[in-house]
Amino acid sequence: MINFQTAPDQYHHWKLNIDGSVATLSMDVSEDDTLNEGYKLKLNSYDLGVDIELADAIQRLRFEHPQVRVVVVTSLKPRIFCAGANIYMLGTSSHAFKVNFCKFTNETRCAIEDDSRHSGRRYLAALNGTASGGGYELAIACDEIYLVDDGNSAVSLPEVPLLGVLPGTGGLTRLVDKRRIRRDRADVFSTLAEGLKGKRAKEWGLIDDSFPTSKFQEGIDARVEQILQNEAEPVRGIKLNPIGVEQTDDSRNYKFVKVQLHRDQRYADLTIQAPEGDQPNTTEAIEKLGDSYWPLRAFRELDDAILHLRVNEPLVGLVCLRAKGNADAVLAIDKMLAANRKHWLVREILANMARVLRRVDLTAKSFFAIVEPGSCFAGNLLELLLASDRSYMLNDPEAGETSLAVSELNEGAFPMSNGLTRMQSRFLADPEKLAKVFGDQKKFDVEEAEELGLITFAPDELDWEDEVRVAIEERTSLSPDALTGMEASLRFAGPETMDTKIYGRLTAWQNWIFQRPNAVGEHGALTNYGKPTKAQFDYKRT
Amino acid sequence: MDLNERIPNNVNLANDKKLQRALEKWLPNYIDWWREMGPDGFQEKDVWLRTAVDVGSEGWAHFDYVKMPDYRWGIFLEPPVPDAKVGFGDNYGRPAYQEVPGEFRNALRRIIVTQGDTEPASVEQQRQLGKTCPSLYDMRNLFQVNVEEGRHLWAMVYLLHGYFGRDGRDEADALLERRSGNPDKPRILEAFNQPCDDWLNFFAFTMFTDRDGKYQLSALAESGFEPLARTCQFMLTEEAHHMFVGDTGLGRVVRRTTQLMKEGDVRELGGIPLDIIQKYINFWFSYSLDLFGGEISSNSADFFAAGLKGRYKEQSQYTDHSAANEHFTMMVVEDGRLQSREVPLRNALNELLRTEYVKDCEKGLARWNKILTEAGAIERLYLPNPRFHRHVGEFAGHNFDLHGNLISKDEFELHRSEWLPTVEDREYVRSLMHPVTEPGKIANWIAPPAAGIKGKPFEFEYVRL
Repeated sequence: MINFQTAPDQYHHWKLNIDGSVATLSMDVSEDDTLNEGYKLKLNSYDLGVDIELADAIQRLRFEHPQVRVVVVTSLKPRIFCAGANIYMLGTSSHAFKVNFCKFTNETRCAIEDDSRHSGRRYLAALNGTASGGGYELAIACDEIYLVDDGNSAVSLPEVPLLGVLPGTGGLTRLVDKRRIRRDRADVFSTLAEGLKGKRAKEWGLIDDSFPTSKFQEGIDARVEQILQNEAEPVRGIKLNPIGVEQTDDSRNYKFVKVQLHRDQRYADLTIQAPEGDQPNTTEAIEKLGDSYWPLRAFRELDDAILHLRVNEPLVGLVCLRAKGNADAVLAIDKMLAANRKHWLVREILANMARVLRRVDLTAKSFFAIVEPGSCFAGNLLELLLASDRSYMLNDPEAGETSLAVSELNEGAFPMSNGLTRMQSRFLADPEKLAKVFGDQKKFDVEEAEELGLITFAPDELDWEDEVRVAIEERTSLSPDALTGMEASLRFAGPETMDTKIYGRLTAWQNWIFQRPNAVGEHGALTNYGKPTKAQFDYKRT
Repeated sequence: MDLNERIPNNVNLANDKKLQRALEKWLPNYIDWWREMGPDGFQEKDVWLRTAVDVGSEGWAHFDYVKMPDYRWGIFLEPPVPDAKVGFGDNYGRPAYQEVPGEFRNALRRIIVTQGDTEPASVEQQRQLGKTCPSLYDMRNLFQVNVEEGRHLWAMVYLLHGYFGRDGRDEADALLERRSGNPDKPRILEAFNQPCDDWLNFFAFTMFTDRDGKYQLSALAESGFEPLARTCQFMLTEEAHHMFVGDTGLGRVVRRTTQLMKEGDVRELGGIPLDIIQKYINFWFSYSLDLFGGEISSNSADFFAAGLKGRYKEQSQYTDHSAANEHFTMMVVEDGRLQSREVPLRNALNELLRTEYVKDCEKGLARWNKILTEAGAIERLYLPNPRFHRHVGEFAGHNFDLHGNLISKDEFELHRSEWLPTVEDREYVRSLMHPVTEPGKIANWIAPPAAGIKGKPFEFEYVRL
């Protein structure tokens, strides 16, 4: 079982060094500490285990070291920054694992950009050696890229010419969308296995600058100093403690999140519990509470549960989401968060919630929201219902109040990858509905929710059990591949962003290429990598 | 209303809130439909009808006078078999489905809706026939068939209401909204949009089209979805009477025609000549064959694999209930000529069921030909080749003669009036249709039955006008 929880004192592959406002995140991959047998992580190549640590480091920077203004991403290996994803690992992994690996690494790179965008931390890629493939894709996720000019080190995306696959972690998209490199130059660069070195790389915009080996550290330091001219918030972070989890054969329970697995029926129930008892009403109290504050704790648990289901429960095709507890308590949390969204910790908590919700959007499993009496799909938890592929809400006036509620956080705090809120995406055809939804009413009973279009179905008490059962059985009987493609196509209506292009286009193409004989067939390029034989392609274009 | 009192049933209606709720809404609509589309002109008459009040041998055939709108349409399923298993397909041997498996919901709903749609359709097709009945005995049989088709609609609606939630209720409502022959909201299957406005049509319909129903119900009676299987098993007991009406009805027409043939020119004597009877056979047999669906069908394979629809007498006729690796050889049109093709058996199950049906129809033809033989006539009635005049499946879009030879469209059109009823034929038959409603009397174009109903004589007043 793959565990997504880690902490700096458990890292095998990264060193996180904090020096006042500057963090240095150094990659030093330990060859033999792999997640699976059959490959060695040479030349700072990575597998999922390496990326789990990177994701953890970024998360901790945000919560534990908010005073940090600059993050220098570099390597401790001489003349090598990072060689990208380990090819032998990819060659020996199942298709499903490859897909999940790429998705997670993409999410990690997007998290870097999210930190930069929302919290203003500047990420500098200090390439002390060659950055190829995923190595350059990590660099290009940073705000600035500096390459050592040693006559040898280069940046490259050799996937197409060398492996017959794509740079799968956003590289192509970021070349033209983020760094705005001309498409013809990007074309040349992406088919040039050895990549480009200092001068040319800078000229083409692949890097921001290069420094000779002897001046490299100096150059980086100078740039860091420059950034630090801007004043920083004098704040102290909170500690992200491990989130406790109780795992049995068919359940995984955290404090607020409970997962019940029905493997033989290929679905899981995931229930998230509303906060109980007194909640902090000052930012000082929130800071004091730290990682046990409900919106942080519950969403960290949700994040871990989703990642666990993705990677460790591939047979679970459907997750039935429930929110249980007092909706007013959830709304009170939202009120507090909304009122203090400028406070650094509140900002980080909200950004984290948004990321976790996007993780749900991007999960290749079906989600049904199940709304029963005693549920609390309100405010931030309403997002889970809106993120679901369908929702079923019990219409039984005698069973007790069942309602949905909005808070102002639903109006923009949790953007999807497409840049819209889930409510905007839902009502693309009918933007006037937004005014109704966010009008004075705030709370909607089942008939109002159905009328407004907030839910999919509202069976009454006589139909309820059967409708939900049959819907689950029907869903889990359909082709999982077709469902993944269908859901990904339907979930992200509206505009495209760099993120949607990465997940929806680049990733989809990559997953197609990963299945094709030209990559993974007997004579495919990925299969033949590192072997004395040369790849043989079927040259017919589709 | 006290539904349990009003609706005879063995499905525990008294305690089934879901079903009660659905029926409370549907029942008034059904009665409205019956009054609007049921037998025209006889709704307030007392008819001596058989009502099923129980599934036991005592209860299923209870006879009494009743006004049709007051008929006690009931809901009956064969009693459950303990420990029932799925009897065929990929889930063979697993416990039978007591609830609709989500995976098969859409397929099952489609099967049930398609079957259910035929029941009210035939009532609509036949609603004017009472006005031209050849005898009170025949009129009563017509109404018996009608109310039982109504009950078969109930049986399918019970399944939709009981097992398919809101979608099922919507489909049950739609069953009352479609209308036979209405171009804007036609019945689903084409044979059920054909007019059935004279008694020769009615007998041919009950002989051939209701017999399709028998085979469809038999295949569904094998279903791994147990409520469907048990529903269809009970429906089959009633369906037998409908085919009896058609089989003996056409037989009595043949008998009368042979009598008139001895007396002179059948047409001049006001009878129905054999060639017209033959054309009606050709027409209804070919349309009824279409009801079995395409010869090569992915639906048939899916339904069988899923354990939803079996073969005729699946349990008693077959030992291998998988049918996954067998093949079936059939004729198809390829490159402009007939050729034989081997298809996987599961894809050929419609054709297999159709073959069983044809065998059964041939028995009816043999009975009628026996009448001809006994009367010393040399003419014989026959079934056209199953490729003749088809609108569904492999042979649709091609033209065949009565022997199944591929011919050109022109050639077909040249012979159309010899092979299929013409407007003149239909008008002639219609011209004979005058009501005979005096007890014991019968129309000139048909012979009286050999016996009455349930021990009553032919002269019995089966309908009080």
